[in-house]
Amino acid sequence: MSPPLLGVEGGGHVNAPLMSSSASVDCITQSGSGLKERNYLGLSDCSSVDSSAVSNMSEENKNNLNLKATELRLGLPGSRSPERDSDFTLLSSGKLDEKQLFPLLPSKDGICSLMQKSVISGNKRGFSDTVDGFSEIKSSVFTEGKWMFNATGSDSGTPQSVVEAKLAGNAGINVILSNNSSGSQPSMKKELPTRTLQEGHNKINGSNNNNSAPAAKAQVVGWPPIRSFRKNTLATTLKTNDEVDGKPVPGALFVKVSMDGAPYLRKVDLRTYSTYQELSSALEKMFMCFTIRQCGSQEAPGREMLGENKFKDLVHGSDYVLTFEDKDGDWMLVGDVPWEMFIESCKRLKIMKGSDAIGLAPRATEKPKNQN
Amino acid sequence: MQTDPNGPNPKKSKDSPSNSANTESTQSPSPFPDEVLEKVLSFLNSDKDRSSVSLVCKDWYNAERWTRTKLFIGNCYSVSPEIVARRFTKIKSVTLKGKPRFSDFNLVPQNWGADVHYWLLMFANVYPFLEELRLKRMTISDESLELLATSFPGFRALSLMSCDGFSTDGLKAIATHCRSLTELDIQDVDMDDFCGGWLSCFPEDFGSLEVLNFATLDSEVNFDALERLVSQCKSLRVLKVNKTITLDQLQRLLLRAPQLMELGTGSFQQELLPGQFGDLGIAFSNCKNLRTLSGLWEVASIYFPVLYVACASLTFLNLNYTALRSDEFGSLLAHCPNLRRLWVLDTVEDKGLEAVGSSCPLLEELRVFPADPYDQHLRRGVTESGFVAVSRGCRKLHYVLYFCWQMTNAAVATIVQNCPNFTHFRLCIMNPGRPDYLTNEPMDEAFGAVVKNCTKLQRLSMSGLLTDLTFEYIGKYAKNLETLSVAFAGSSDRGMQCVLEGCPKLRKLEIRDCPFGNAALLSGLEKYETMRSLWMSSCNVTINACQRLAREMPRLNVEVMKDKESDDSRADKVYVYRSVAGPRRDAPPFVLTL
Repeated sequence: MSPPLLGVEGGGHVNAPLMSSSASVDCITQSGSGLKERNYLGLSDCSSVDSSAVSNMSEENKNNLNLKATELRLGLPGSRSPERDSDFTLLSSGKLDEKQLFPLLPSKDGICSLMQKSVISGNKRGFSDTVDGFSEIKSSVFTEGKWMFNATGSDSGTPQSVVEAKLAGNAGINVILSNNSSGSQPSMKKELPTRTLQEGHNKINGSNNNNSAPAAKAQVVGWPPIRSFRKNTLATTLKTNDEVDGKPVPGALFVKVSMDGAPYLRKVDLRTYSTYQELSSALEKMFMCFTIRQCGSQEAPGREMLGENKFKDLVHGSDYVLTFEDKDGDWMLVGDVPWEMFIESCKRLKIMKGSDAIGLAPRATEKPKNQN
Repeated sequence: MQTDPNGPNPKKSKDSPSNSANTESTQSPSPFPDEVLEKVLSFLNSDKDRSSVSLVCKDWYNAERWTRTKLFIGNCYSVSPEIVARRFTKIKSVTLKGKPRFSDFNLVPQNWGADVHYWLLMFANVYPFLEELRLKRMTISDESLELLATSFPGFRALSLMSCDGFSTDGLKAIATHCRSLTELDIQDVDMDDFCGGWLSCFPEDFGSLEVLNFATLDSEVNFDALERLVSQCKSLRVLKVNKTITLDQLQRLLLRAPQLMELGTGSFQQELLPGQFGDLGIAFSNCKNLRTLSGLWEVASIYFPVLYVACASLTFLNLNYTALRSDEFGSLLAHCPNLRRLWVLDTVEDKGLEAVGSSCPLLEELRVFPADPYDQHLRRGVTESGFVAVSRGCRKLHYVLYFCWQMTNAAVATIVQNCPNFTHFRLCIMNPGRPDYLTNEPMDEAFGAVVKNCTKLQRLSMSGLLTDLTFEYIGKYAKNLETLSVAFAGSSDRGMQCVLEGCPKLRKLEIRDCPFGNAALLSGLEKYETMRSLWMSSCNVTINACQRLAREMPRLNVEVMKDKESDDSRADKVYVYRSVAGPRRDAPPFVLTL
């Protein structure tokens, strides 16, 4: 096996083996709710914030949905249990609108849970889906990376998306079954919520169209079975051919981010940011744990803030500098050119130690202008 | 190279004498000198034949191994570099396949293995005359590419399909050092494309390329370097450029390479002046040998007429990244009467497929890919009627890959009635577990019809709501089946058991999200030794059962990967394969070898 390379410039980039991520994985388990989180994504950055929010969600889940029917089980199509049978009858008897079977929207209380588009975390492909039902939250980000981390979940501070990501995993089919049952039941009992759900869905679909296509849709890991190259290409192709207002909307633009001293790299989608400020904050959060060496455990919120400050000091002090490699292969300091131009030419990012970056620009040791 | 514990009966090669060589255990000399035997055997190319020959007797085993020049290893872990090095001495061409196929769909974590480096080190030692390396689903680093480029002076052909781990830096090494390179073919890879400068690394006088495929790379290459390369490589027959190449650039390339047989265009969308349009038409018409056309990234169909002349002789049209409407597609297709293979996006819809049925009577292979595989609400794309329409017009169809949102048992029955010669039937109904949308019944009868009617079926991929009945049908009828892919299907262990018991030629079985458990897994003990591999993920198998399998069948490697947070006893992903090399030594920590 190739030896791990830690963001070294030049040469081939072989992703460092990320087994070490297992050490820093959060285990947020919900014992009482029947929700099983599958956290094999190595969610190193989502820490304390999520646990309380998650438990809130599960409570409300119970209120809104038939718990039994939405309980995640390892039942698969064809395996029958009494409740399932009734669900299947509902399926076959009705002219059930497909939309009800796969609701892609928050329930009326704005909870994204089982009824949510199931966010599936693949081993390669990370998927953090933030629904626009939450106004403060920015739109969904499709995190594709060799090892995916739900950093974007914590970026936007949405506990729901974190839970979704954890729910999914290889239990994709389970979520779908739950969707079936939860979808069909409202149709039998309550007309109104269903309709609201539909409208909500349409809105969400509309707004999500501004983002990379896969982010808006329900997904099971590795299904349908199409190769990564096709997935990536289609995101771009379709937007080009499909646009309504004549302005092509480009797909995702993922670049690797390495940091000196970090055991593994990350990937970010540059199109999800519109300013250097946003990118900088996102990167701070992603790499915070490497500088602090305290990631991976559930801590009180206070500690996180402490961590942030420390990181900021490090980054904005003289220790670290953000650089990028452009199309010509040159390493440049981030922040000099307009954002649009930067996106066009950036091939990869590196968080360098200030001392290494001296050659890049004299002001590497000063406070960069894109500061909060 | 096949490890065939239950190998096929020793077959008499047509070049062999009748009986005297069949006395395997005696030390009696061959009726003719070794050199003659070796000369005769050197005509054998097929791996299966060579395998048979090697089982006849010791002399033949040796003669075969000294004359084998092409090595095919379908599972890189089924054998080790050391074993290969000991057995074969004159290898010039190697094909290696690594990861399980489901790694294409993100079901296998990164750094799982299948790194070619250790193999390359052995090749550098033992096969200095290596000329060809073809890798599928292997990891290859830039360091390995550098090693490859510098260790084999006669190296000619590199083909990387679905590989990962390298970057354009590695390609630079290949271009710089491989003076006799004839083939550079990169497809579906997961690589870092830092810049297009690698193409400029070919020496100025370089002229040996026959195949150049960089269609899936993103970066712009130096066009002058490319143009020079194309003019100098007089034997260039396959050229597939990436989407940064514009139409007028393409025209210049075509002028330099009218001998091309396979062309992958760049972007087909630039604004052309009338003169340029005419020139492009002429350039295409000059290519009298064009058989395959692909690329057509971002297409403006008004430019299709430039292709019409070339289309007349096309046998393979690959539009799988081209979003065409049914009308544009139909008008293009009208000029392609000789198509044998067609790959399209489902944006052409059923109407487009009807055009296929009427325009392409010689069609043998059809692949319809989804343009929007995740949006089940929009439900665009093709339906069962498109497929039926094709089957009506294209009676020679034997290979199909079809992605759709809905299907019926009746439609499939009609299709296989029209086309009973299917060898590869891969149907993907994109929402898992979906029944026949008209009758709401499971899709059992559909696949039942497939296996009953298509006796030559070698490969089957299933989808939709399926019960054990489907598997009973498969076990009963699919006697030539070699590869089976199952997802979200079946009702009980019995399903998998039927297949394991009933399909004598089964080599690869891949299963995901099915209710098959330990009883099913353990019903196939000896069977697995006759197969290349078994993959089971998200089923109901426990680690204990896997351990038992490993204990009882020492010549199988049983590897388990667990999802974090899943319960301790579950074997979330199981990969079982036969091997003469024992458990692999490079398994990462997340792979448990039992």
